[in-house]
Amino acid sequence: MNPMWIDTLFFYFFALLVLGGGVATITCKSAVHSAISLIVSMVGVAGLFLLQHAEFLFAVQIVLYIGGVMVLFLFVIMLVNLDESMQMRQFNRQWLLAVAAVIAAGVQAVWLLSKPADLPAAVPQVPGGPGNVQRVADVLFSQYLLPFEIASVLLLAAVIGSVVMAKKRL
Amino acid sequence: MPANFVPPSGVEYIRVLPEIILAAVATLIMVLEPLTPAPRKRALGYLALAGFAGALAGAAAAGWRTGPAFSGMLEVDGFATFFRLLVILAGLLVTLVSFPYLRREEAESGEYYALLLYSVAGQTIMVSAADLIVLFIGLEISSIASYVLAGYMRREKLANEAAAKYFLLGSFATAFLLYGIALIYGATGTTRLNGIAQVLSDPRMAPAGILTGTAVALMLVGFAFKISAAPFQVWAPDVYQGAPSPVAAFLAAGPKAAAFAVLLRVFMTAFAPLTGRWLAIMWSLSLLTMIVGNFAALLQTNIKRLLAYSSIAHAGYVLVAVTAHSEEGVQAAMFYLTVYVFMNIGAFAVVAYFSRKGERYVEIEDLAGLGVRQPVLAALFAVILLSLIGVPPTAGFLGKFYIFQAAVKADLLWLTVLGLLNSAVAAYYYLRLIVIMYMKEPGDSLLELPGMAVSTRAALWTSAAAVVVLGLFPALIR
Repeated sequence: MNPMWIDTLFFYFFALLVLGGGVATITCKSAVHSAISLIVSMVGVAGLFLLQHAEFLFAVQIVLYIGGVMVLFLFVIMLVNLDESMQMRQFNRQWLLAVAAVIAAGVQAVWLLSKPADLPAAVPQVPGGPGNVQRVADVLFSQYLLPFEIASVLLLAAVIGSVVMAKKRL
Repeated sequence: MPANFVPPSGVEYIRVLPEIILAAVATLIMVLEPLTPAPRKRALGYLALAGFAGALAGAAAAGWRTGPAFSGMLEVDGFATFFRLLVILAGLLVTLVSFPYLRREEAESGEYYALLLYSVAGQTIMVSAADLIVLFIGLEISSIASYVLAGYMRREKLANEAAAKYFLLGSFATAFLLYGIALIYGATGTTRLNGIAQVLSDPRMAPAGILTGTAVALMLVGFAFKISAAPFQVWAPDVYQGAPSPVAAFLAAGPKAAAFAVLLRVFMTAFAPLTGRWLAIMWSLSLLTMIVGNFAALLQTNIKRLLAYSSIAHAGYVLVAVTAHSEEGVQAAMFYLTVYVFMNIGAFAVVAYFSRKGERYVEIEDLAGLGVRQPVLAALFAVILLSLIGVPPTAGFLGKFYIFQAAVKADLLWLTVLGLLNSAVAAYYYLRLIVIMYMKEPGDSLLELPGMAVSTRAALWTSAAAVVVLGLFPALIR
């Protein structure tokens, strides 16, 4: 067993990555820098998943988000005109509203966490049971088989839809 | 493989037969699409028609073997079968209206029919869902296909506007719904509709009121958008105006009926223990929807916008039945939605035919003299309009009668009175269409009006006949 304080230390480290990356994503002027900051933020989220013993989500986060989605982002960024966006002034007209929203969310979070009795209990860990990935797979392919299958119909409809919207001629 | 895994039995596959048929035919169309030369694309439309017919049979077969399917994710009961048949029938009629429309606009393609099939498949999943996750995915299949269909005429400015608005606002509403689902899962630990009801009704397990209250409110926002209830109706007129007329018919029929079905199911089962808390919201939602729909419709000069506002108003009437929250209310809502689907598709079929290439003639004044030049068409349109007003012996009258009867029995006297006053207001703008059709001299808009295609004619006759037959023999579906 690793001592409690190491867990705490890692938690703050990853949380710092998440928040710092997030702030950098929206403040960087260059789109490429923003995308890289987003990767940092997502790595932090992956670390938090790992701390929660959600190994499967950790792997998915790395492979899908950091691997797949980010590469797509960078591709798109390379296709648009970067020099022009560097010249533009960043605007944040709604900052007052944003500050109010952040404060409200913060108050809610503190309020919710201060009375833990209302929170639903975490699912207990089964020591020595099947691993995280296997348990996800068990549930996904038995109880949640139908949602899993129809999700592919959803993706197919979305793919056809995007082709219809993007095709040069019908 | 887990030790307790039981593969789905044969009867469970029968219970998802309509979904299997719809998705398979849609995929088949997409495979055949590149192999079909442009002038022969109509064949794909016939295939879609056959798919809808097959799905109707499948839904009937599934309804004959009622029960849960796929570890209780779907619940195929009478309610689900009813709405499955309704949305598939709506898809079939819309396909019929689409044939001549797409040919006229030179936009026939397999993608159109495939998306239509996928959208209906999503709706059949929605209406039979017994779990919020399945419900959500079904809703998304239906919505995403609808977004694309709304912007199918990509060269039209209005169609682009319609698709963009529909997509952005629709995604926003979906996020609300998903947030609500997440909260209700957090509060109750389950996404099963009857499981949620169980937890909520057990005083020992009942979660914090603020959590469930927020969840219910967020989910209601999501559903209210899909049924275009005020104040979440702003998208409807723009989308119906910009979308191709057959698609507008579809949007006002299939997705709306399906959204009402899930609204009824979720609020009558899962949130039944909280009835006392959502009833007042539903009450004001229905009243506001009726008022906004009817009074805004008075000011419209575009037929498609007028029908959009009328569809908002009709959503308000159905919400009255939901507010009654009784067995009778549910039955009244089912009857009304059926009638509404026919009235709506019939009305938009006329618009699709009359508007001509590029939808040039969509102003109310353009209808002037139609009663003289095309007496049969005008008569059918008039029957549908009279039913929309709620004049006996059409089904529109009985639909309103059942709804307000259920409302009175639930002691909703004020809502009934205000609803009836609203439908009196509605008579004005529908009658105006009839007056213009019959009492005005024909203008330029009636020059070179081609004959109506057989398929549109079939859809129009079916709708008008259904409106009359259901008005005379309501027992057929009650």
